Amino acid sequence: MLLASSPFKEIRLDRMSRAFGSHNALKDVSLSIRKGEFIALLGPSGCGKSTALNCIAGLLSTTGGGIFIDDKRIDTLKPEDRGFGMVFQNYALFPHMTVRQNIGFGLKMRRVPKAEAEKRIEEALNLVRLQGQGHKLPGQLSGGQQQRVAIARAIVIEPPLVLMDEPLSNLDAKLRLEMRAEIRRIHNQLGATTIYVTHDQDEALSLADRVVVLRDGEIRQVGVPSDLYERPDHLDVAEFMGYRNRLTGKVIAVDGDKTSIAVGASTLSGIARDTLKVGDTAVVAARADDVVAGTKSGTTVEAVVETIEYRGREFVGTARTAEGLELVFHAPQTAALGSAIWLSVDPARALAFAA
Amino acid sequence: MISVTSTPSVNHLSLRQRLALRGIDGVTLLVLPAVIFLLAVFIYPFIYGLILSFEPKEGGMFANYQKFFSDPFLYDTILTTLWLAVPVTLISIAIALPVAFRVRLMTHQRLLTTILVLPVTLGTVLVAEGLLNYLGPQGWFSRTLMMIGVIDSPVKLTNNYWGVFASLIITGFPFTFLLTLSYVSGIDPALEQAAATHGAKSWQRFRYVMWPLLVPGLTIAFCLSFVQAFAVFPSAVLLGAPAGPTRVISIAAYQAAFEQYDYSMASAIAMIMAAVQLLIVVSLLSIRNLFYRGSTAGGKG
Repeated sequence: MLLASSPFKEIRLDRMSRAFGSHNALKDVSLSIRKGEFIALLGPSGCGKSTALNCIAGLLSTTGGGIFIDDKRIDTLKPEDRGFGMVFQNYALFPHMTVRQNIGFGLKMRRVPKAEAEKRIEEALNLVRLQGQGHKLPGQLSGGQQQRVAIARAIVIEPPLVLMDEPLSNLDAKLRLEMRAEIRRIHNQLGATTIYVTHDQDEALSLADRVVVLRDGEIRQVGVPSDLYERPDHLDVAEFMGYRNRLTGKVIAVDGDKTSIAVGASTLSGIARDTLKVGDTAVVAARADDVVAGTKSGTTVEAVVETIEYRGREFVGTARTAEGLELVFHAPQTAALGSAIWLSVDPARALAFAA
Repeated sequence: MISVTSTPSVNHLSLRQRLALRGIDGVTLLVLPAVIFLLAVFIYPFIYGLILSFEPKEGGMFANYQKFFSDPFLYDTILTTLWLAVPVTLISIAIALPVAFRVRLMTHQRLLTTILVLPVTLGTVLVAEGLLNYLGPQGWFSRTLMMIGVIDSPVKLTNNYWGVFASLIITGFPFTFLLTLSYVSGIDPALEQAAATHGAKSWQRFRYVMWPLLVPGLTIAFCLSFVQAFAVFPSAVLLGAPAGPTRVISIAAYQAAFEQYDYSMASAIAMIMAAVQLLIVVSLLSIRNLFYRGSTAGGKG
């Protein structure tokens, strides 16, 4: 393998901050990234994830804290001296250069000897499966191919760190899935340390070794995908991870982390993610697929069907409770609009947060 | 319309539909005023002048042209004009380019562009009058330099080449700058960022990314600014030495028409002027074709 990445142990963000005037876009972001790790920065738009990436790339200067590779401080360096590779949301390929020239750009700037540069470009072309396309201009390629060129251009310089700024958001749904697998494959093959910015939780969960959830410029939670998916620390992280149903009620019983909460006339249970005691107001959060239509019992919530749609194996719909709460549910068969149904919430998968 | 809906054959298209398929519809008529205008004020005078130039006061058909190219007092005006127009245009672009690179990142772009456009609205004569006072032997410029002891006697900056030069730069720069700014800001900023993150220093970013993408636009800017400068007349008379170093081609044409009342000769000079401009513009545009001229965006969306 010719393409490799330079030796180092870890990249450390130490209370990295960025303010725009009085607005803090990033507040004390601290994170240590091991060599070879794939990190996803996940959050809704405006959460500071792109700001964080631009600060790491050097395209924005930080207003506080530092960035280190092992013990070397790099946040004082210009972007061209950091030696990172970056994949941009709109690809940012040089339109007047061929695919080969685009990929070889970083090598040319580093004055890599021509013979070696040619070999590395060839290998990068193979890696992103664009053999035989090297002579084309970016304008002659499809969106997916352009993004492959952008990836090849970033990895061919063997950077200690590859930065990706929502690289798939301009592709259509089918291509996005393909490229996602491709990015994962390239990462597995090269092991390049990667920071990947996205607002798509599926992308983050499927690609990353660790996911960093940002909100309002602060880290809310860092964890492996399954941690975030099953055990979000905060209600807002849970919401972002797909816990779309939220029911507020009073805690009536606590047994370890199993918590029973009275919501209207029914009793729901979930796993406590905050310290809750009897009498507290709490929110039960559940994913759509953990709320299932069934028969009436003491632990079901009654609601009126508002929409229902066919999703292949099952139906997904929304229903409104007597209190006016909207719930998203799954159902094995269709239900008439306006009819009353009983929804049960899986107690092993529902979470309880302090309200 | 009725025939289309009532005939059973769906393959039959009405005349209106067939014209519409070729892009001709009612809106097409709106170009008529422009066509008439072009014919009346451009095509007709041009052809009239061209024919007039071949009907000299005396001699054969080409007598005017023979006269022009055999008299150094006449044919030297081409070089004199080029010697003004080419450096003025090049220097305008050379100043406009770095300024545009900075301005494109500014938030108060509009204010600055307004200030820069003002000289255009002043008109050449006002600028010339101002320069006569400012750069003249008793003007502030010389007096200030003398006061701080840089020079002993006033520098001569009016009624010669440099007066016209300065005036052309002042009146031509805003136009050149605005054109340049539009080309510079048309380049996706992500391209420069991509170049920077992949290791290009600021000079390399300019050399390998910005410059190749700018050349086609700058060529256009050069052509338009050059044509403007080549037609210099008022400042060459007011600020220059119209009998000598700044006897530009339009002065020769003016003298032929209104001092010697030889309209035929004046037309010939105007035709030669047009030919020189056309030659330079066409050759620049064909060089431009050698460069990449496509989109200057880095990808889609």
